[in-house]
Amino acid sequence: MELFLMTIVTGIMVGGIYALVALGWVLIYKCSGVLNLAMGEMTLIGAYISITFYSMGIPFLLALLLSLIIGLILGILTERIFLDKLIGEPVLSVIMVTVGLSFFFKGSLELIWGTDTKVFTPPVFPLEPIEIGPIVIGQAYLWSFIAAIILLIAFVCFFKYTRWGLAMQATADDEMAALSLGISARFVYAAAWSIAFISAGVGGTLLGNINGLNISVAHLGLLVLPVVVLGGLNSVPGAIVGGIIIGILQNLCGAYLDQYFPGGVKEIAPFAFMVIFLLFKPYGLWGWERIERV
Amino acid sequence: MSLQSEQKTEEILLELQDIHMHFGKVKALSGINLKIKKGEIHSVIGPNGAGKTVMMNCINGLYKPQKGKILFKNNEITPLKPYERAKIGMARTFQKVEVFGGMTVLDNIRLGRHIHYKSGILNGALYLGKAAKEEIEHRTFIEEQIIDLLEIEHIRHKPVEMLPYGLQKRVELGRALALEPNLLILDEPLAGLNLEEVEDMARFILDINEEKRWKVTCLLVEHDMGVVMDLSNNIFVLNFGNMIMDGTPEEVQKNPEVIKAYLGEEDLYATRK
Repeated sequence: MELFLMTIVTGIMVGGIYALVALGWVLIYKCSGVLNLAMGEMTLIGAYISITFYSMGIPFLLALLLSLIIGLILGILTERIFLDKLIGEPVLSVIMVTVGLSFFFKGSLELIWGTDTKVFTPPVFPLEPIEIGPIVIGQAYLWSFIAAIILLIAFVCFFKYTRWGLAMQATADDEMAALSLGISARFVYAAAWSIAFISAGVGGTLLGNINGLNISVAHLGLLVLPVVVLGGLNSVPGAIVGGIIIGILQNLCGAYLDQYFPGGVKEIAPFAFMVIFLLFKPYGLWGWERIERV
Repeated sequence: MSLQSEQKTEEILLELQDIHMHFGKVKALSGINLKIKKGEIHSVIGPNGAGKTVMMNCINGLYKPQKGKILFKNNEITPLKPYERAKIGMARTFQKVEVFGGMTVLDNIRLGRHIHYKSGILNGALYLGKAAKEEIEHRTFIEEQIIDLLEIEHIRHKPVEMLPYGLQKRVELGRALALEPNLLILDEPLAGLNLEEVEDMARFILDINEEKRWKVTCLLVEHDMGVVMDLSNNIFVLNFGNMIMDGTPEEVQKNPEVIKAYLGEEDLYATRK
């Protein structure tokens, strides 16, 4: 029972990070219909930048903040350099560009930081775990979860309480009409990509704190797919709930199935689940149901 | 009608100077000159494929003409993007309604207020109170001015895609009005409407143009000759990207070339009189 509870709690904690990264992904999809296949590399970029600052002796929070600012700049640059010219082009072309971007980012990362696993030294979070009743959690998990939740709330508020949330949805719906109302599509896309870079960067940094940082953290970018499929591709609450569910699922599989199928159950469980889930609910939990009326 | 046009000011709001636009080898517009006076309703007519919508897209900034200049309020706006033109007072509706289907009527119109929000991203977050007050002001404006004018109180909270076509067109007009534009481009606002809806829409256009509160200059693209002749101060006739003439409705009706190109040899203009 204790094992079960602990697995669940850790799952929720990790799921918070997934949710954060998924949110960034959903925003891009929501405002432009683009499936961003470079998300994993974007998590790495943020994470490597913050680990570099941290190893230079800059306090962790400041290092994280700096990586956020750089993420913001990278988001704007990506939009300006790669995506601006594609405004008005078919979505599929943009998706192919994101594939290209993922290779480009990955190559640049290996060039700059190499392929060895890096860890945050000294550890950012104290190593002794916290005990809450029967449950024992590592501090890294707990603080990561808290950080992810704070950022999630900040983003959700941004979209609920500023006019940009509505403007983004409008751009996704009908770019031409949005333009005619004075909404700058460029600004909307740059904002979405910046937020995606930021959330990916924080997600990567937090995960890097837990497991150490190497190229395989980029799998987080793929893991986003089951999360958003579960929640509905364009739903912000869906991304959050989906992230947490996938986190729990992954941990449960790791704890209970790994002994029967040793190896990578934990890694493939979310994807197997995604396929089964799609059979029954093709629009996810909160996705738009697009039914063509004839 | 001619009397009315004399009452209008002579101030030019929009001017096209020698606009050329081609797609590959297809010439859509060749050397268009047009002057729209402040306060008038200026219509553009012409057969299908004459280049009317291309002309509107050039004015609104969706297309960039290869040659020529566009002046708005005496400033050149040729390099400006559509959203920049919206900010300086240009609004439009589209030939095929372009509404945000999944959103409610109110949200659609609220988006039309986008350029009038003063509190920016950070302000909005920092001064929640101030932003909230601004939001209430916009809400009141929408409710009292636009929803009232267009008589759409009863559908405020309905998603637009559920509404019949005629009402969608009305919502689109409301959204464009929410910008409080100086120039309103109406691309076939009557197409696909039934008789009653046509009458309503024509009345709205007149209200928007004449009422003290609005006084919006309108650029109207329309096929319904009855309405065009009734509403317009001036009519610009386009055929295969060339101007045939630009004049008052009376002059247009008498022009033999116009009759040949568009109205037909017989009396075709009195469609819905």
